[in-house]
Amino acid sequence: MPESLLVRGGRVVDATGERAADVLIEAGVVVAVEPGLHGDETLDAAGCVVAPGLVDLHTHLREPGHEEAETIETGARAAARGGFTAVVAMPNTEPAQDDPAVVAAVLAAGARSTCDVRAAGCITRGRRGTDLAPMGELHALGVRVFTDDGACVESAAMMRRALEYAGSLPGAVVAQHAEDAALCEGGHMHEGEWSSRLGIPGRPAVAEVSVVARDCLLAELTGTPVHFLHVSTEGAIALIRDAKQRGLPVTAEAAPHHFTLTDAECASFDPMFKVHPPLRSAADVAAVKIGLADGTIDAIATDHAPHAPETKERPFEEAPPGMLGLETALGLTLTELVEPGVVSLSDALALLSWRPAAVAGLVDHGGPVAPGRPAHLVVFDPAATWTVDPARLASKARNTPYPGRTLTGRVRHTLRAGEPVVIDGEAQR
Amino acid sequence: MMRHLLSIDDLERSDLDELLDLGESFLAVTRRDIPKVPALRGKTVVSLFYEDSTRTRLSFETAAKRLSADTMAFSVSGSSVAKGESLRDTVQTIEAMGVDAVVVRHPSAGAPHRVATWIDAAVVNAGDGRHEHPTQALLDALTLRRHRGIGLDGARVAIIGDARHSRVARSTAKAFAALGAEVTLVGPPTLLPESLIGWPVATTGDFDELLPSLDVVYLLRIQHERQDATLFPSLREYTTRYGLTVERAARLKPDTLIMHPGPMNRGVEIAAELAEGPGSVITEQVANGVAVRMAVLYQLLGTGAPVA
Repeated sequence: MPESLLVRGGRVVDATGERAADVLIEAGVVVAVEPGLHGDETLDAAGCVVAPGLVDLHTHLREPGHEEAETIETGARAAARGGFTAVVAMPNTEPAQDDPAVVAAVLAAGARSTCDVRAAGCITRGRRGTDLAPMGELHALGVRVFTDDGACVESAAMMRRALEYAGSLPGAVVAQHAEDAALCEGGHMHEGEWSSRLGIPGRPAVAEVSVVARDCLLAELTGTPVHFLHVSTEGAIALIRDAKQRGLPVTAEAAPHHFTLTDAECASFDPMFKVHPPLRSAADVAAVKIGLADGTIDAIATDHAPHAPETKERPFEEAPPGMLGLETALGLTLTELVEPGVVSLSDALALLSWRPAAVAGLVDHGGPVAPGRPAHLVVFDPAATWTVDPARLASKARNTPYPGRTLTGRVRHTLRAGEPVVIDGEAQR
Repeated sequence: MMRHLLSIDDLERSDLDELLDLGESFLAVTRRDIPKVPALRGKTVVSLFYEDSTRTRLSFETAAKRLSADTMAFSVSGSSVAKGESLRDTVQTIEAMGVDAVVVRHPSAGAPHRVATWIDAAVVNAGDGRHEHPTQALLDALTLRRHRGIGLDGARVAIIGDARHSRVARSTAKAFAALGAEVTLVGPPTLLPESLIGWPVATTGDFDELLPSLDVVYLLRIQHERQDATLFPSLREYTTRYGLTVERAARLKPDTLIMHPGPMNRGVEIAAELAEGPGSVITEQVANGVAVRMAVLYQLLGTGAPVA
């Protein structure tokens, strides 16, 4: 690595505001932020925004267990190309991240990758919802986010015990995949007009809303923070808004597909549009946007869910749920939210960087671009347009629902601790 | 020109009329001493059934044979997933053998639509999950038309049973409505569609109120295999509230037609004696099935020359 690296000519945007400035980096740390600096090597940021690296609270890296779909290395590369410098790796691996050895292996592979990979831990062993996972041991390895994602913690009693127990672990947050399994049983898409027309069994909105209602009450009872993963319904967002007004320790994230796509996409019967929770109605999409704009929703999280191609060549009802997200999240946010004026650019970055960093307790990420801070940075051109081409994705999988879609906002460089892991849009390793 | 038959939604009124006219012609063919025409000689029709079916499969195979097409059957016990081969791989393998049409029955909604995006051969939906069963709708429409005349304008049709989970109801309701009938779905709310947007129908939970006004009573099969304590309390209660009993039949107009897509549960959705009674057109439906399937295959694969 060179002695010093200069990110030159950009507009720095962080939680403290924005200014035109160069950013000088030495030994992985920001040493100066002001105009007219010089460095041994230079990355051009003219016309670009220079911001704290993006933070994804919800990434499926599939390793261990489903390396045919993604590995920690390929997923981290996709993250870097998407402008993310940190991702929280969901624990529904095989074996699950319910054991210190599995978590340690994920963290070790992450340390060699191009992104800061933080492992989430399971709430219950094997994500079965019956016995607590060793949350304390996982916490000692640095785990702060606990979730059975992919599965909802069904039992109110189990959820209550998990919240009580996590209360003794500093910084721990319990993240719920809020979908009542009994209400969703056999369902593959949002229940409503389109499921009724298409004859595809539905997953009703009330399955999400009812679990959010219950878990807001449990957050109140126990005082332990609850984070709601990928909220997708008007009803759940209204409950979270209300809970926050009452001062309850709840946070929430929304996925780009839930502010971009509706259940009408399922009329193609293309399983690229199958995801849990499902693509919802236009009214729900509008509610997600309002929730993002008014602060009810704390973070945009990708729910990046790679699947091997042949699994998406099955009929809709037989294909696994999930879609790629890391490489399109920034572009979708700028295209769907910033361009139409739903949120400002700096609020969009708050949703993609510093607010999720705060939820997951990632103190090195999302922080201001200031001397002394680790140089986890994203440099992106907010006006550049590009067209999503599945063949050009860094992810090992190809299951993006956006092929051919033109997005505004393209990552130019990504720096992980001062290392330029992406230069001019290309992954460096 | 029709490329595939995937959904009744794909058909304009004129397409429907044309298919039914053709169905009439083929019905005449099937009544000849030698019920066979050379229209599709040299064409190959393969049936790809991922779900057990006797009548639909036999009906399609008979239709293809009466058009002089070669037929192949690809039957899958269990799911494609269990076999480990993706649906795409399976249909591409079949297409490589050189086929002109693939008749697909699959337990998942939309499977034939996916097949149609992968291959050049014509695809006919022979029933996909809970979604559609368009040739059933065509045979029902032909049956009704033969009793009512070309237009079904103003015909009052009740479809009784589990419309929510029924591909027959999705297709037949749309076809009847497109031909001018007024369709009402009848059943407890647990069996009616969650949303009626896109369904050209009314609904009611009260069968008895409708009886005197109906021109057609269309009974759906109650699926024992799917019958689930969450949908209705018991078969006995279902029959009491929604079965076409002799008592209910007595309140129908004398010329009301009774239809059923089969196979019937006698004594559940329909009283045994009514299935063979004067109003029943259930066996006609079966005969008409071969004729409309001939019409569909002929439309998809034929040269456009006169039938015979």
